[in-house]
Amino acid sequence: MSMLLQVENLASAFFLDEGVLKAVDGISFQVNEKETVALVGESGCGKTIVALSLLNLIPSPGRVVGGRIVFNGEDLLQVGAERLRQVRGGGMGMIFQEPGAALNPVFTIGYQIVEVLRLHRGLGKHDAEVEAIRLLGETGIPEPEKRIKAYPFEFSGGMQQRAVIAIAISGRPQLLIADEPTTALDVTVQAEIVDLLCYLQEQYKMAILLITHDMGVVIEMAKRVMVMYTGKLVEVAQTHDLFRDPKHPYTQGLLNSIPRLGEGRKEPLYGIPGAVPDFLSLPSGCTFHPRCSIGDVSCTTEFPSLRDISSNRKCACYKVEGS
Amino acid sequence: MKRRNQSNHLLLLGASLLPGMGHILLGKHSRGRPLLAFTLAIILLLYWRWQVFLKVFNTTWFDYWLAAVFLIASLAASVIYSVWDVRRLLTATPKGPQGKSPFQLARRRFTANRMAVTALYVIAVFYILAILAPLLAPYDPAAITDVLSTRYLPPSTEHLFGTDEFGRDLLSRALYGARVSLSVGLLAVLVAISLGTVYGAVAGYFGGFIDSILMRIVDVIISFPTFFLMLMLVGIFEANIVFLVLILGLTSWPGTARFIRGELLSLKQREFTDAARAIGLPNRLIIFRHLIPNAMSPILISAALMIGGMIGAEAGLSFLGIGIRPPTPSWGNMVSAGQDALLVAWWVAFFPGALLALTVLCFNLLADGLRDALDPKSLMRRFV
Repeated sequence: MSMLLQVENLASAFFLDEGVLKAVDGISFQVNEKETVALVGESGCGKTIVALSLLNLIPSPGRVVGGRIVFNGEDLLQVGAERLRQVRGGGMGMIFQEPGAALNPVFTIGYQIVEVLRLHRGLGKHDAEVEAIRLLGETGIPEPEKRIKAYPFEFSGGMQQRAVIAIAISGRPQLLIADEPTTALDVTVQAEIVDLLCYLQEQYKMAILLITHDMGVVIEMAKRVMVMYTGKLVEVAQTHDLFRDPKHPYTQGLLNSIPRLGEGRKEPLYGIPGAVPDFLSLPSGCTFHPRCSIGDVSCTTEFPSLRDISSNRKCACYKVEGS
Repeated sequence: MKRRNQSNHLLLLGASLLPGMGHILLGKHSRGRPLLAFTLAIILLLYWRWQVFLKVFNTTWFDYWLAAVFLIASLAASVIYSVWDVRRLLTATPKGPQGKSPFQLARRRFTANRMAVTALYVIAVFYILAILAPLLAPYDPAAITDVLSTRYLPPSTEHLFGTDEFGRDLLSRALYGARVSLSVGLLAVLVAISLGTVYGAVAGYFGGFIDSILMRIVDVIISFPTFFLMLMLVGIFEANIVFLVLILGLTSWPGTARFIRGELLSLKQREFTDAARAIGLPNRLIIFRHLIPNAMSPILISAALMIGGMIGAEAGLSFLGIGIRPPTPSWGNMVSAGQDALLVAWWVAFFPGALLALTVLCFNLLADGLRDALDPKSLMRRFV
């Protein structure tokens, strides 16, 4: 299995009047070809900024401040604007959280797909239209030859997400970044979209970087999971290892907060106490220690490094022993 | 049955050779009546002015040529459109789900607004009259015959609008003056809107340093007294239509630039802008193909609002004698010429002034209608 994307020490920050907000603080990971990797964490812990950093799309006043993003042997932070544009959409496709907002309201769905096909695959007008109809059909939109003339607001949420996926894969990317692809949808549609993504991954031999906080989607799709907290990775593991035996107290907390059917209806649903801290005044040391059940004074001086605790497994916690 | 259907079709198609008849027979009155009225008006005009029309073939005067070509072209266009549209209506099959663009929906809201539609018709008629002025004008607008016996004649069947101090027919002058006033207003707005849109879009989209520089330039231009600039330039150059268009257009784009910049600032925060960038579209295409079309409604509304102001501004300049110079008529300098004789010959200033006011009013009503049709929020405000 060869490596498709290697991220080393990626750091992104927002330069605000109140100070420098380090939204992504030195994270490293890799994504292999045709592999699905999940990035999980609470809202507001920097997951989306990781995705935007990969495409160098962080909105001002933020930007990538350090690290390397090696995609297909090429450091994306070093290449010129022209090459970066080819990679966007052509090498990496992205699916957004709100499908309704990600589509341009004044153009038809077909127009928006054709645009990408012509840009990245250099298709002529007619070929691009035929291909757009095929893509819409492949993403499960009924009567694609009619729907191609529809406007985004005429689609339901699930169909909008299918259209967004069709646009994202139309440039034949090797890596699909899916930023909370199911969050805005209802449960039955979520399952369909997950199935669709799995099918397309098989079909087009894509790798998927799945960003979500829905553990159900993670189990369904991902082979490996990375857990993120306050801009840092705190645990990386194979999906089944992580769910069977979470090591980091934060991961344990996340998994414990999943509601289970028929179990313990009497007790209230577990939640990690407290909230994600303000990025501008992070707690000293391990940023999780104020919310941690096993943390003590020794955790308050320095953030623990992400170290190997067994083969294929990394954790950033002083209290977790390697085996 | 099928046969009867076919002969019916042929009958209807034949009827639409007189544009509008087919539509009316089909019960599409809203489309048929204006079409029929327009065609009949053209045919009547041709019949009435056949001699003048024939002048096209022995004159090189551009105005005649333009009017004649417009007349023939619009007649041909209405016949073709009528047959095509009736055919489309006859062969139309019930369709599946079909996209209505936001603009189609807006058009539906617009046509429901009687006031705005009337204003649009009035404006259209004025523009058509202006183009056809050489064919319509009963007299040469510059012809001076026997000044003493023809000056200051009150409105009569011979001179519908009366005559001015040199005995020139005011109806003819008003028709020719409409060409100046209406075209200057339209073209100046085109200049201002296109320049301001591109400029403001670039500033708003890129933001930061580029934005600061571009907007400071706008501040400088806005703070420059336009009126004195015009006076100065008029002293240097000869005031003609092109000059007026340029000076009005080039001094009023900063306002458009400012508000387009504001639109772009909010549009670029929307997720579809991120999506467009994530898909690798170059900035040029994002601005022109994705963001500006999204700002089209406010652009159209402000353009319609601006035209009224521009026509007024041109009239004002001509009134002050620094716009279009007599003997070329424009509504502004006609009012100016009439003010001396206001007490003895009210009609000299009244007709061009009334036309001016009516035009500006219609453009403002049109702008109101456009705003209600294009901006659903303003419509909601009306009902709340």
